[in-house]
Amino acid sequence: MKHIAKIMAFFMAVTAVWISLLQTAMISQSHTWLLPLYFIVSLGCYGLLMVGVGLMQFPTCPQEAVLLQQDVIEAKQFLKHNGVDVGTD
Amino acid sequence: MAEQQNKNRYSIIVPTYNERLNIALLVFLVFKHIPDVDFEIIIVDDGSPDGTQDIVKQLQQVYGDDRILLRARPKKLGLGTAYSHGLKHASGNFVVIMDADLSHHPKYLPHFIKKQVETGADIVTGTRYVKGGGVHGWTLMRKLTSRGANVLAHTLLWPGVSDLTGSFRLYKKSVLEDIISSCVSKGYVFQMEMIVRASRKGYHIEEVPITFVDRVYGSSKLGGSEIVEYLKGLVYLLFTT
Repeated sequence: MKHIAKIMAFFMAVTAVWISLLQTAMISQSHTWLLPLYFIVSLGCYGLLMVGVGLMQFPTCPQEAVLLQQDVIEAKQFLKHNGVDVGTD
Repeated sequence: MAEQQNKNRYSIIVPTYNERLNIALLVFLVFKHIPDVDFEIIIVDDGSPDGTQDIVKQLQQVYGDDRILLRARPKKLGLGTAYSHGLKHASGNFVVIMDADLSHHPKYLPHFIKKQVETGADIVTGTRYVKGGGVHGWTLMRKLTSRGANVLAHTLLWPGVSDLTGSFRLYKKSVLEDIISSCVSKGYVFQMEMIVRASRKGYHIEEVPITFVDRVYGSSKLGGSEIVEYLKGLVYLLFTT
Protein backbone atom coordinates (compact mmCIF):
# COMPACT_ATOMS: atom_id res chain seq x y z
CA MET A 1 0.00 0.00 0.00
CA LYS A 2 1.33 3.41 -0.85
CA HIS A 3 2.29 5.53 2.12
CA ILE A 4 -0.25 8.21 1.25
CA ALA A 5 -2.95 5.55 1.42
CA LYS A 6 -1.92 4.70 4.98
CA ILE A 7 -2.06 8.36 5.96
CA MET A 8 -5.47 8.79 4.30
CA ALA A 9 -6.76 5.72 6.12
CA PHE A 10 -5.52 7.14 9.40
CA PHE A 11 -7.27 10.46 8.76
CA MET A 12 -10.49 8.76 7.75
CA ALA A 13 -10.45 6.81 11.00
CA VAL A 14 -9.78 9.94 13.03
CA THR A 15 -12.49 11.85 11.14
CA ALA A 16 -14.96 9.04 11.77
CA VAL A 17 -14.22 9.19 15.49
CA TRP A 18 -14.63 12.97 15.41
CA ILE A 19 -17.99 12.79 13.63
CA SER A 20 -19.25 10.16 16.02
CA LEU A 21 -18.20 12.36 18.92
CA LEU A 22 -20.19 15.22 17.38
CA GLN A 23 -23.27 13.07 17.04
CA THR A 24 -23.26 11.30 20.39
CA ALA A 25 -22.25 14.47 22.20
CA MET A 26 -20.24 12.66 24.85
CA ILE A 27 -18.03 15.71 25.02
CA SER A 28 -19.68 19.12 24.74
CA GLN A 29 -20.31 20.23 21.16
CA SER A 30 -18.25 23.40 21.39
CA HIS A 31 -15.17 21.42 22.42
CA THR A 32 -15.66 18.81 19.75
CA TRP A 33 -15.77 21.39 16.96
CA LEU A 34 -12.44 22.71 18.09
CA LEU A 35 -10.71 19.34 18.26
CA PRO A 36 -9.27 19.51 14.73
CA LEU A 37 -7.79 22.88 15.56
CA TYR A 38 -6.26 21.54 18.76
CA PHE A 39 -4.82 18.65 16.78
CA ILE A 40 -3.21 20.88 14.16
CA VAL A 41 -1.80 23.25 16.76
CA SER A 42 -0.42 20.34 18.80
CA LEU A 43 1.17 18.86 15.70
CA GLY A 44 2.75 22.22 14.91
CA CYS A 45 4.07 22.62 18.43
CA TYR A 46 5.42 19.09 18.42
CA GLY A 47 7.19 19.76 15.16
CA LEU A 48 8.73 22.97 16.43
CA LEU A 49 9.80 21.24 19.61
CA MET A 50 11.47 18.46 17.64
CA VAL A 51 13.29 20.99 15.51
CA GLY A 52 14.44 22.96 18.54
CA VAL A 53 15.57 19.93 20.50
CA GLY A 54 17.32 18.50 17.47
CA LEU A 55 19.06 21.79 16.84
CA MET A 56 20.33 21.98 20.41
CA GLN A 57 21.54 18.39 20.33
CA PHE A 58 22.95 18.59 16.79
CA PRO A 59 26.09 16.53 16.92
CA THR A 60 29.21 18.36 15.77
CA CYS A 61 32.74 17.15 15.33
CA PRO A 62 35.28 19.95 15.11
CA GLN A 63 38.10 17.57 15.94
CA GLU A 64 37.37 15.69 12.74
CA ALA A 65 38.44 18.66 10.65
CA VAL A 66 41.84 18.57 12.37
CA LEU A 67 42.17 14.82 11.83
CA LEU A 68 41.24 15.26 8.21
CA GLN A 69 43.97 17.84 7.70
CA GLN A 70 46.46 15.38 9.16
CA ASP A 71 45.20 12.69 6.81
CA VAL A 72 45.59 15.06 3.88
CA ILE A 73 49.22 15.74 4.78
CA GLU A 74 50.00 12.06 5.16
CA ALA A 75 48.26 11.25 1.88
CA LYS A 76 50.06 13.98 -0.05
CA GLN A 77 53.42 12.79 1.21
CA PHE A 78 52.82 9.21 0.14
CA LEU A 79 51.35 10.13 -3.22
CA LYS A 80 54.09 12.60 -4.11
CA HIS A 81 56.65 9.94 -3.25
CA ASN A 82 54.92 7.53 -5.62
CA GLY A 83 54.60 9.78 -8.59
CA VAL A 84 51.06 11.03 -8.28
CA ASP A 85 50.64 14.73 -8.95
CA VAL A 86 49.20 16.37 -5.85
CA GLY A 87 50.21 19.89 -6.71
CA THR A 88 47.93 22.88 -6.50
CA ASP A 89 44.52 22.14 -8.04
CA MET B 1 39.20 -13.66 18.88
CA ALA B 2 40.25 -14.44 15.33
CA GLU B 3 38.34 -12.53 12.64
CA GLN B 4 36.31 -14.64 10.29
CA GLN B 5 37.72 -14.50 6.80
CA ASN B 6 35.53 -12.05 4.92
CA LYS B 7 34.97 -13.61 1.53
CA ASN B 8 32.99 -10.70 0.18
CA ARG B 9 34.16 -8.39 -2.56
CA TYR B 10 33.28 -4.71 -2.29
CA SER B 11 32.90 -2.40 -5.28
CA ILE B 12 33.28 1.22 -4.20
CA ILE B 13 31.62 3.57 -6.68
CA VAL B 14 32.82 7.17 -6.58
CA PRO B 15 31.27 9.67 -9.01
CA THR B 16 33.65 12.55 -9.70
CA TYR B 17 33.59 15.94 -11.32
CA ASN B 18 36.65 18.14 -10.95
CA GLU B 19 38.09 16.22 -8.02
CA ARG B 20 41.68 15.99 -9.19
CA LEU B 21 43.21 16.34 -5.75
CA ASN B 22 40.46 14.82 -3.65
CA ILE B 23 40.28 11.60 -5.63
CA ALA B 24 43.95 10.89 -5.02
CA LEU B 25 43.58 11.59 -1.30
CA LEU B 26 40.47 9.44 -1.17
CA VAL B 27 42.12 6.47 -2.85
CA PHE B 28 45.08 6.66 -0.47
CA LEU B 29 42.76 6.71 2.54
CA VAL B 30 40.68 3.78 1.28
CA PHE B 31 43.79 1.64 0.88
CA LYS B 32 44.98 2.79 4.28
CA HIS B 33 41.80 1.82 6.13
CA ILE B 34 40.74 -1.46 4.50
CA PRO B 35 44.02 -3.04 3.43
CA ASP B 36 42.87 -6.61 4.03
CA VAL B 37 39.52 -6.34 2.32
CA ASP B 38 38.88 -7.49 -1.24
CA PHE B 39 37.71 -4.33 -3.01
CA GLU B 40 37.83 -2.29 -6.17
CA ILE B 41 37.27 1.43 -6.62
CA ILE B 42 35.17 2.41 -9.63
CA ILE B 43 35.60 6.05 -10.53
CA VAL B 44 32.84 7.43 -12.69
CA ASP B 45 34.17 10.71 -13.99
CA ASP B 46 31.92 12.97 -16.03
CA GLY B 47 34.53 14.45 -18.32
CA SER B 48 36.22 16.65 -15.74
CA PRO B 49 38.11 19.50 -17.36
CA ASP B 50 40.63 19.70 -14.52
CA GLY B 51 42.44 16.49 -15.42
CA THR B 52 40.87 14.20 -12.83
CA GLN B 53 41.16 11.27 -15.24
CA ASP B 54 44.91 11.82 -15.63
CA ILE B 55 45.29 11.60 -11.87
CA VAL B 56 43.24 8.39 -11.85
CA LYS B 57 45.61 6.90 -14.40
CA GLN B 58 48.56 7.83 -12.17
CA LEU B 59 46.80 6.15 -9.26
CA GLN B 60 46.37 3.04 -11.37
CA GLN B 61 50.15 2.95 -11.79
CA VAL B 62 50.55 2.95 -8.02
CA TYR B 63 47.72 0.68 -6.95
CA GLY B 64 46.98 -1.44 -10.00
CA ASP B 65 44.33 -1.11 -12.64
CA ASP B 66 42.56 -4.17 -11.28
CA ARG B 67 41.89 -2.26 -8.04
CA ILE B 68 41.15 1.14 -9.59
CA LEU B 69 38.73 1.21 -12.47
CA LEU B 70 38.12 4.33 -14.50
CA ARG B 71 34.72 4.23 -16.13
CA ALA B 72 34.33 7.73 -17.47
CA ARG B 73 31.48 9.46 -19.24
CA PRO B 74 31.69 12.32 -21.72
CA LYS B 75 29.95 14.97 -19.63
CA LYS B 76 27.88 15.63 -16.52
CA LEU B 77 25.02 13.19 -16.74
CA GLY B 78 23.71 13.11 -13.19
CA LEU B 79 24.29 11.17 -10.02
CA GLY B 80 21.71 8.43 -10.46
CA THR B 81 23.02 7.42 -13.84
CA ALA B 82 26.58 7.60 -12.50
CA TYR B 83 25.71 4.92 -9.96
CA SER B 84 23.97 2.81 -12.61
CA HIS B 85 26.98 3.17 -14.86
CA GLY B 86 29.38 2.16 -12.09
CA LEU B 87 27.11 -0.71 -11.11
CA LYS B 88 27.38 -2.22 -14.58
CA HIS B 89 31.13 -2.57 -14.09
CA ALA B 90 31.03 -3.73 -10.49
CA SER B 91 32.39 -7.22 -9.93
CA GLY B 92 31.78 -7.30 -6.20
CA ASN B 93 28.78 -8.73 -4.37
CA PHE B 94 28.60 -5.56 -2.31
CA VAL B 95 28.60 -1.96 -3.46
CA VAL B 96 29.65 1.12 -1.50
CA ILE B 97 28.68 4.56 -2.71
CA MET B 98 30.50 7.59 -1.40
CA ASP B 99 31.42 11.14 -2.33
CA ALA B 100 34.81 12.07 -3.68
CA ASP B 101 35.29 15.28 -1.73
CA LEU B 102 36.39 13.69 1.57
CA SER B 103 33.18 14.62 3.37
CA HIS B 104 32.80 10.83 3.54
CA HIS B 105 35.87 9.54 5.29
CA PRO B 106 37.11 6.06 4.32
CA LYS B 107 37.91 5.32 7.95
CA TYR B 108 34.23 4.40 8.34
CA LEU B 109 34.42 1.66 5.71
CA PRO B 110 35.42 -1.00 8.28
CA HIS B 111 32.42 0.07 10.40
CA PHE B 112 30.03 -0.37 7.49
CA ILE B 113 31.47 -3.77 6.63
CA LYS B 114 31.44 -4.97 10.22
CA LYS B 115 27.84 -3.85 10.73
CA GLN B 116 26.71 -5.68 7.63
CA VAL B 117 28.54 -8.87 8.52
CA GLU B 118 27.16 -8.80 12.08
CA THR B 119 23.56 -8.14 11.14
CA GLY B 120 23.26 -9.54 7.64
CA ALA B 121 21.71 -6.25 6.58
CA ASP B 122 20.80 -5.52 2.97
CA ILE B 123 21.80 -1.90 3.33
CA VAL B 124 24.04 -0.09 5.81
CA THR B 125 23.61 3.66 5.70
CA GLY B 126 25.79 6.28 7.32
CA THR B 127 24.00 8.77 9.54
CA ARG B 128 25.31 12.13 10.63
CA TYR B 129 22.52 12.82 13.06
CA VAL B 130 23.06 10.37 15.87
CA LYS B 131 25.45 10.25 18.78
CA GLY B 132 28.85 9.22 17.50
CA GLY B 133 28.18 10.97 14.25
CA GLY B 134 28.19 14.65 13.47
CA VAL B 135 28.93 17.42 11.06
CA HIS B 136 31.54 20.13 10.92
CA GLY B 137 31.50 23.32 8.94
CA TRP B 138 27.77 23.97 8.99
CA THR B 139 26.35 27.35 9.93
CA LEU B 140 23.44 27.58 12.34
CA MET B 141 21.12 28.29 9.41
CA ARG B 142 22.28 25.16 7.65
CA LYS B 143 21.71 23.07 10.76
CA LEU B 144 18.26 24.60 11.18
CA THR B 145 17.17 23.81 7.64
CA SER B 146 18.65 20.34 7.91
CA ARG B 147 16.83 19.63 11.16
CA GLY B 148 13.58 21.16 9.91
CA ALA B 149 13.79 19.14 6.71
CA ASN B 150 14.44 16.01 8.71
CA VAL B 151 11.48 16.49 11.06
CA LEU B 152 9.20 17.21 8.10
CA ALA B 153 10.38 14.14 6.21
CA HIS B 154 10.00 11.93 9.26
CA THR B 155 6.48 13.21 9.99
CA LEU B 156 5.36 12.67 6.41
CA LEU B 157 7.23 9.58 5.32
CA TRP B 158 8.13 7.49 8.42
CA PRO B 159 11.28 6.41 6.58
CA GLY B 160 12.88 4.19 9.19
CA VAL B 161 16.29 5.87 8.97
CA SER B 162 17.61 8.96 10.70
CA ASP B 163 19.57 10.46 7.79
CA LEU B 164 17.54 10.53 4.60
CA THR B 165 19.78 12.57 2.33
CA GLY B 166 23.05 10.91 3.26
CA SER B 167 24.91 9.27 0.41
CA PHE B 168 27.52 7.18 2.21
CA ARG B 169 26.03 3.71 1.98
CA LEU B 170 26.82 0.04 1.62
CA TYR B 171 24.40 -2.07 -0.42
CA LYS B 172 24.17 -5.69 -1.35
CA LYS B 173 24.68 -5.47 -5.08
CA SER B 174 21.41 -7.22 -5.92
CA VAL B 175 19.52 -4.86 -3.62
CA LEU B 176 21.03 -1.77 -5.21
CA GLU B 177 20.19 -3.06 -8.66
CA ASP B 178 16.63 -3.64 -7.59
CA ILE B 179 16.09 -0.20 -6.05
CA ILE B 180 17.97 1.87 -8.57
CA SER B 181 15.76 0.62 -11.36
CA SER B 182 12.68 2.05 -9.67
CA CYS B 183 14.11 5.49 -8.75
CA VAL B 184 13.66 8.47 -11.01
CA SER B 185 14.58 11.54 -8.95
CA LYS B 186 17.67 13.69 -9.31
CA GLY B 187 20.30 14.93 -6.91
CA TYR B 188 19.82 14.42 -3.19
CA VAL B 189 16.12 13.67 -3.61
CA PHE B 190 17.43 10.61 -5.44
CA GLN B 191 19.25 9.54 -2.25
CA MET B 192 16.04 10.01 -0.31
CA GLU B 193 14.05 8.06 -2.85
CA MET B 194 16.51 5.17 -2.73
CA ILE B 195 16.36 4.73 1.01
CA VAL B 196 12.59 5.27 1.27
CA ARG B 197 11.89 2.73 -1.49
CA ALA B 198 14.26 0.29 0.18
CA SER B 199 12.40 0.77 3.44
CA ARG B 200 9.02 0.25 1.76
CA LYS B 201 10.24 -2.91 0.05
CA GLY B 202 11.11 -4.32 3.45
CA TYR B 203 14.86 -4.46 3.05
CA HIS B 204 16.86 -4.80 6.25
CA ILE B 205 18.54 -1.44 6.81
CA GLU B 206 21.11 -0.71 9.51
CA GLU B 207 22.76 2.58 10.40
CA VAL B 208 26.30 3.50 11.33
CA PRO B 209 27.25 6.91 12.79
CA ILE B 210 29.56 8.90 10.55
CA THR B 211 31.17 12.29 10.81
CA PHE B 212 30.83 14.65 7.92
CA VAL B 213 33.35 17.43 7.42
CA ASP B 214 31.92 19.75 4.84
CA ARG B 215 33.97 20.60 1.80
CA VAL B 216 36.84 22.79 2.90
CA TYR B 217 36.98 24.70 -0.36
CA GLY B 218 33.87 26.45 -1.59
CA SER B 219 30.63 26.59 0.34
CA SER B 220 27.67 24.27 0.27
CA LYS B 221 24.96 26.24 -1.40
CA LEU B 222 21.53 25.82 0.10
CA GLY B 223 19.30 28.41 -1.48
CA GLY B 224 15.61 28.79 -2.09
CA SER B 225 15.61 26.55 -5.12
CA GLU B 226 17.10 23.64 -3.15
CA ILE B 227 14.37 23.99 -0.56
CA VAL B 228 11.68 23.99 -3.25
CA GLU B 229 13.25 20.91 -4.84
CA TYR B 230 13.27 19.21 -1.48
CA LEU B 231 9.60 19.93 -0.79
CA LYS B 232 8.65 18.76 -4.25
CA GLY B 233 10.68 15.61 -3.63
CA LEU B 234 8.88 14.97 -0.34
CA VAL B 235 5.45 15.31 -1.94
CA TYR B 236 6.51 13.05 -4.80
CA LEU B 237 7.74 10.41 -2.34
CA LEU B 238 4.60 10.78 -0.27
CA PHE B 239 2.43 9.85 -3.22
CA THR B 240 4.56 7.30 -5.00
CA THR B 241 6.14 5.17 -2.27
